Amino acid sequence: MAPSNPQWPNPRPAAAHRTLGESLRRNGVSRRGFLKFCAATASMMALPPSMAPAIAQALERARRPSVIWLSFQECTGCTESLTRSFSPTVENLILDTISLDYHHTLQAAAGEAAEHARETAMRENAGEYLVVVDGSLPGLGANPGYSTIAGISNYDMLMDTVADAAAVIAVGTCAAFGGLPKADPNPSGAVAVQDLVKDKPVINVSGCPPLPMVITGVLAQYLTFGKLPELDEYNRPLAFFGQSIHDRCYRRPFYDKGLFAETFDDEGATKGWCLYRLGCKGPMTYNACATMKWNGGTSWPVEAGAPCLGCSEPDFWDAGGFYDALSVPPGNTGDTLMMAGVVGAAAGIGAGLAGRKLAKSAGSDHKTVTVDELEQKL
Amino acid sequence: MTSMDFLMLTKGPLFQLAVAIFAIGMLARMIEIFALGRAHNYAAPRGSAMAGGLRTMYKRFHTDPGTFKAAPFDVVVGTIWHIGFIVALLLFIPHVELIKSTFGIAWPALPNPVVDAVTAITILGLLAALVHRLSHPVKRFLSTTEDYLIWGVTFLVMLTGYLAYNRLINPYPLALGIHILAAEIFLIVLPFTKLTHIFTAFVARYYNGAIFGRKGVQS
Repeated sequence: MAPSNPQWPNPRPAAAHRTLGESLRRNGVSRRGFLKFCAATASMMALPPSMAPAIAQALERARRPSVIWLSFQECTGCTESLTRSFSPTVENLILDTISLDYHHTLQAAAGEAAEHARETAMRENAGEYLVVVDGSLPGLGANPGYSTIAGISNYDMLMDTVADAAAVIAVGTCAAFGGLPKADPNPSGAVAVQDLVKDKPVINVSGCPPLPMVITGVLAQYLTFGKLPELDEYNRPLAFFGQSIHDRCYRRPFYDKGLFAETFDDEGATKGWCLYRLGCKGPMTYNACATMKWNGGTSWPVEAGAPCLGCSEPDFWDAGGFYDALSVPPGNTGDTLMMAGVVGAAAGIGAGLAGRKLAKSAGSDHKTVTVDELEQKL
Repeated sequence: MTSMDFLMLTKGPLFQLAVAIFAIGMLARMIEIFALGRAHNYAAPRGSAMAGGLRTMYKRFHTDPGTFKAAPFDVVVGTIWHIGFIVALLLFIPHVELIKSTFGIAWPALPNPVVDAVTAITILGLLAALVHRLSHPVKRFLSTTEDYLIWGVTFLVMLTGYLAYNRLINPYPLALGIHILAAEIFLIVLPFTKLTHIFTAFVARYYNGAIFGRKGVQS
């Protein structure tokens, strides 16, 4: 790791010490807009609406937490998702208002200055900063050369940065579960953050990419309650990943009625029927797309006529064809049946012929005995 | 192991294994039966053996009045759950998709709520059949461990399918994985137990009908 250089200026601006409430007002967010966001956050976290003022109060008083964003084996789609917004929404400003001290894509600094910013943020906020990771990284046994930053292996950078962190948020399916880099045959030996970080809380915000509102929601909850959200079996916040796409899908009534699109341009597709037969993985996918939608609540894949790919679930790349129904197994069952059938048929013919031979030879093999011989035996 | 790992295991390698064991076992048994052949009959035929065989294959679906009078429960409940099982197996959309991906053929399916209702009736029928078997002294005396085993594997497939469809087990990958595992156990057990009657019943009916058909006698 490059040694910290005292000649670099402190990358943290004075704004770092403003409270969130002050920052929002400076950015022109109205009290009404802010409270609306708090109410939405309360409902997302399954809290009673009466909690909204408490959230507002807590958020207003909250100090900007330092956030270090590490990008490893990723496509930057997660960052694209978080920064793409049609108008400056409150969620956006929440992001602006956290102290994002290190982010490859978004920071102006480069080279040693960038690394210096990370080290400074770590030193000044030891034990308090949040680490956001997007992308998987080569695991312990893998060649670290598959992904390095400033000559530092992803593994060393993660472990070094996480050592004094309050918590780690793995953003996107690659960071949460390994994603595309980990897909079979996983040439770079990619692993997820939670495979390596064992002594700090890891929150997985999966999705390829995840919904922007989910990460701001997790941050808002952390700022409000000073603790991390309730998590599911994959360490995902239950508030966003508690229900399946299928259960909240507006096309669900068509599934229940047995009305399905069978091709992308048939009557069913035109009428907006269920996409199960076109490969929708909604029944096994837990995410908030169906309720929160994308692009400022404009639409979401299923509404656009595309089956859910199940991108927020582990190993979704290897879970069978995207356009095969959920009940269709990966692999070629027809070939298995054919090969097994040949073996079975051969065994059957063999057994049948052996039986015939036994029946035929029964006559010639039959030994006769005389009465005398029998009496001798008795 | 996460629920997704479990689903991928049951959908992937375990499914291929179950299908292979089923195909090897069932084909070996069926072809052995055919390869054994029948003893040559030197008598002059009085009727068509094939017509008699095919007729009996169908006619055995009609319960004869004597059987119905002696065991109405077995006939009614047995028919209901057998039909229910076949409807759920062959006319449920996810199953049709599976068959299409494997054999390249498909047919129209029933709306999901219809299959759901049929499944519920089938589960009740199977439970009633078990209670009857346990409470009827003669049936109980005749029942072997194998009888309870094949009831169990059949019941589990139906029950897990019902639980998965109605999303009564969470998370869903776990529910679906359990159902697929139950179906795999059914497939593996099938060729080596009385469950072979799914296929051999029709062979037996044919042979039976063919013998009488050749003699020009009704069967």
